[in-house]
Amino acid sequence: MSIDIETARRVAKLARIKVEDDALPALASEFSAILGFIEQLNEVDVEGVEPMTSVTPQRLMRRADVVTDGNQQEAVLKNAPDSREGFFAVPKVVE
Amino acid sequence: MTELSKLTIAGARDAMRKGETSSAEITADCLSAIAGADALGAFVHHTPDIAKDQAAAADVRIKAGDAPDMCGIPLGIKDLFCTKGVPSQAASRILEGFKPEYESTITSKLFGSGAVMLGKLNMDEFAMGSSNETSVYGNAVNPWKRAGDDAPLTPGGSSGGSASAVAADLCLAATGTDTGGSIRQPAAFVGITGLKPTYGRVSRWGIVAFASSLDQAGPMTKDVRDAAIMLGAMSGHDPLDSTSADLAVPDFEAALTGDIRGKTIGIPKEYRMDGMPAEIEKLWEDGTTMLKDAGANIAEITLPHTKYALPAYYVIAPAEASSNLARYDGVRFGHRAKLAAGDGITEMYEKTRAEGFGPEVQRRVMVGTYVLSAGFYDAYYNRARRVRALIKQDFDKVFADGVDAILTPATPSAAFGLGEMTNANPIQMYLNDVFTVTVNLAGLPGIAVPIGQDAQGLPLGLQLIGRPWEEGDLLNVAYSLEQSAGFVAKPTKWW
Repeated sequence: MSIDIETARRVAKLARIKVEDDALPALASEFSAILGFIEQLNEVDVEGVEPMTSVTPQRLMRRADVVTDGNQQEAVLKNAPDSREGFFAVPKVVE
Repeated sequence: MTELSKLTIAGARDAMRKGETSSAEITADCLSAIAGADALGAFVHHTPDIAKDQAAAADVRIKAGDAPDMCGIPLGIKDLFCTKGVPSQAASRILEGFKPEYESTITSKLFGSGAVMLGKLNMDEFAMGSSNETSVYGNAVNPWKRAGDDAPLTPGGSSGGSASAVAADLCLAATGTDTGGSIRQPAAFVGITGLKPTYGRVSRWGIVAFASSLDQAGPMTKDVRDAAIMLGAMSGHDPLDSTSADLAVPDFEAALTGDIRGKTIGIPKEYRMDGMPAEIEKLWEDGTTMLKDAGANIAEITLPHTKYALPAYYVIAPAEASSNLARYDGVRFGHRAKLAAGDGITEMYEKTRAEGFGPEVQRRVMVGTYVLSAGFYDAYYNRARRVRALIKQDFDKVFADGVDAILTPATPSAAFGLGEMTNANPIQMYLNDVFTVTVNLAGLPGIAVPIGQDAQGLPLGLQLIGRPWEEGDLLNVAYSLEQSAGFVAKPTKWW
């Protein structure tokens, strides 16, 4: 399958990665190469095979539904690029 | 004098217990070896003060008696592990300045048992790569060189810094992580032992996630005994990782009897690839003969879906990565791009991720985004997960037929030159994982053991694959192979 420039642009947008217009053709051709490689999977007969979710046939552990952690506002915000008054700060979201 | 840093874990443990040396002395020796090894690019964050404090505390414990095996052992830690108060940035620009407020389960188990942290080790960005060339820190370099050739070689990836540091005796052992071969391929490229445990044997908590259904950490060590000792200290159930298995941790070192008489070793015919270098084929045959001479039965086996492992991996791993790496948005930690006037939150995400992620990471995140997007989810992602189920069934059948372990090459070649693959397309680099990636898809334990050298003097390794949860048996077969191969070569110091 060949990926066109518009598809590459759309995928970059979905992934929230800014890609300049002049970089899109190279990106599209790399995608095409990788997807071409992946296309081999179409040779396999997967009729009736369940998609694997977990390699070990175990149920995920459950724990009691109780509070185990908290009161760590300072630690949580410690690595934030911008925080104010106990909150993460981001550019204006709503006009 | 840098003799003490050459010790194995077992050798150092025994010598410290006898009072012949101390953790302080071994640690000091490692720190001076590291200080003289900048050219290897292995250590990217140095923690000498932490190391000295931990060594002093370990010496007190050893004197008091009953200290755990890892007590006082100086280690390098892959940059993918979160270590409290110490930069942990997965070799990515996007985690520049990030200092975790918590400690990963594995490092806290290791340090709890008295191990010493010398610093953080280089790697491919977010563990995506097979040559350590995608790191924000620059390349890690292989301590080995081709005979009569000065060209710097890759130590492999993604755990390239770990491999380089252990092979060059900068530390006694190192932690690595393995999503598609990232412990075993670099171990083979530098002539050391690297073990990926069964999925769920060790906790993933506090390790920067790449592809959660495939990621597993493990030891990178100077020999098989050390891998057994260190795996024991890393293993165990962790309520903080829902996929961590609630199973007892056996004494892996006690499993090393070297007796493999009557064991059945499978040789999978699908691993004999077209165009396989004659040296790799010969190495594989030699290894087979060694195990046979040690009393094992050799059985030709078939793993029919092997060919589809890499394409399945290159759907599943990027899909999981695109989801895991969504958290790097410039809000909670790490890098945020400088914004232009009028930029809103979407521009912040897009600029931050474009600046913060390198080209290979961007490529995989976008491939993952594509295969998960509406209209392609079934055709790519679900199909890959079905093929993955078939790959696991291949192994289940072979083990049900009585095979105890499987012997394969570890890598399709010896270490290649840094920069040699720059103009290759991404697929050619991905082919490095052709022998290792099946093991991650099936969740099995796998170990790379150094066996011999190629015509240019570079180390070559073989891989053994074991039954799930039977790392003890696997390590014992590896131990027997190690004894027969007698690989003792060391790189000539040039750094």
